[in-house]
Amino acid sequence: MSQKPEKLIDKKGLRLDGRKPDELRPIKIEVGALSNADGSAYIEQGKNKILAAVYGPKEVHPKHMALPDRMVLRCRYHMAPFSVQERKSPAPSRREIELSKVIREAVEPAIFMEYYPRTAIDVFVEVLQADGSTRCASITAASLALADAGIPMRDLVSACSAGKVDDTIVLDLMDTEDKVGSADVPVAFMPNLGVITLLQMDGILTPEEFEKTVNLAIEGCRKIYALQKEALRAKYISVKEVEE
Amino acid sequence: MPTFFEKRQLVTPGDLLAEGDYIAGENTYKEGGKIYAARTGLVEYEEKKVSVVALRAFYIPKVGDTVIGTVVEVGFNGWTVDINSPYMAILRATEVLSRPFKPQKNDLTEVLDVGDLVVAKIVAYDRTHDPQLSVNEPGLGKITRGQIVKITPTKIPRVIGKKGSMISLIKQETGCHIILGHNGVILITGKSLEDEELAMRAIRKIDEESHTTGLTDRISQLIKKEKEKKGGSQE
Repeated sequence: MSQKPEKLIDKKGLRLDGRKPDELRPIKIEVGALSNADGSAYIEQGKNKILAAVYGPKEVHPKHMALPDRMVLRCRYHMAPFSVQERKSPAPSRREIELSKVIREAVEPAIFMEYYPRTAIDVFVEVLQADGSTRCASITAASLALADAGIPMRDLVSACSAGKVDDTIVLDLMDTEDKVGSADVPVAFMPNLGVITLLQMDGILTPEEFEKTVNLAIEGCRKIYALQKEALRAKYISVKEVEE
Repeated sequence: MPTFFEKRQLVTPGDLLAEGDYIAGENTYKEGGKIYAARTGLVEYEEKKVSVVALRAFYIPKVGDTVIGTVVEVGFNGWTVDINSPYMAILRATEVLSRPFKPQKNDLTEVLDVGDLVVAKIVAYDRTHDPQLSVNEPGLGKITRGQIVKITPTKIPRVIGKKGSMISLIKQETGCHIILGHNGVILITGKSLEDEELAMRAIRKIDEESHTTGLTDRISQLIKKEKEKKGGSQE
């Protein structure tokens, strides 16, 4: 594919796609994109295109997996074979299994798991096109799909990454920045409650840089949260306008 | 003690609804003296109680509710009934057959088979057990004729209307007998297919437009218009 770019940030301080260091990629969110699912959401973040679908709560199958005091949340993150330049095998890879777990653990704190014991919720995340920080965009979409399914939640979960590229702390890394850059920190955050539900780091940062990076990512999450709420409202407001 | 939204405003999960001496109603939760929304819906403030009328939710059984379900399995001493909820309901054979029941002698499929629809009442349910149904009351039992409409369970109160105004309007205008299942399943039985279809259309309209005002008037208009159309074509 493309060879390694020498510089990720030009003299003016702009990034490869012309963004400022603290700028998000353009985001488009649609809630209720799939009619078969109980809840669904579609997100475009830069070149990322991700669909999330939620089924449930429903009876647990196989039955022995049911928990007597809480719901079971099952999550499947999957990348389509055509989502990246080189064909990705459709079989779940090591990375996809890890991301399924990471996404599950990032959205679980937002759900009132103890409300409906002996039931299960299935979350399916399908990456149609990948361009870096897909785990964050997946969490954003998954939490919207859960809210769309009418599952009681403490808050929406917003996720955004930040990292270090050419000695600059930047927000919302894309694929090349993730691969060539020196550090990547994905953060999932519940803005109204001020709770971090996912925090990972790949690379090396000094403690000062780390703090700065996390704070920048949280700022990004807040911006995404506003977009999430707008998307969730848009589904019902459009119905209202048609009638009146 | 401020409130942060106006009545009947659209809220999303995590929205701060009120602060201070309020009681958390349906689809809300309280944490550190603050009340937040737990579902997408319209917020309601009633004196000290803050609640959210959910626009999307599933049916959770409640003792005393009338429900309409489909038989999905015939067991040794009863039936498993799908009541449009995360939990499957159980209907015991002893509840249906008034005489003493012997699994060896009676064939349960003769009474109710897979695919049959039943109107039943929930007699027992808690977190640890699946809901149990009963048909020991007049008006309950197997459905033999009529039409079924499924709507979002949270919108059943809207179909009933204030003091039953909406439902009695539809019943009166269409001459149909209507049974509302609290699980969002509605049975309509009328004299003719047209009457039933008219009632179905009215109920679907309520489901789609439940979060708007002046709905009763619009439903009555819809029914009148349809009746005129039909009357005109017959003459």
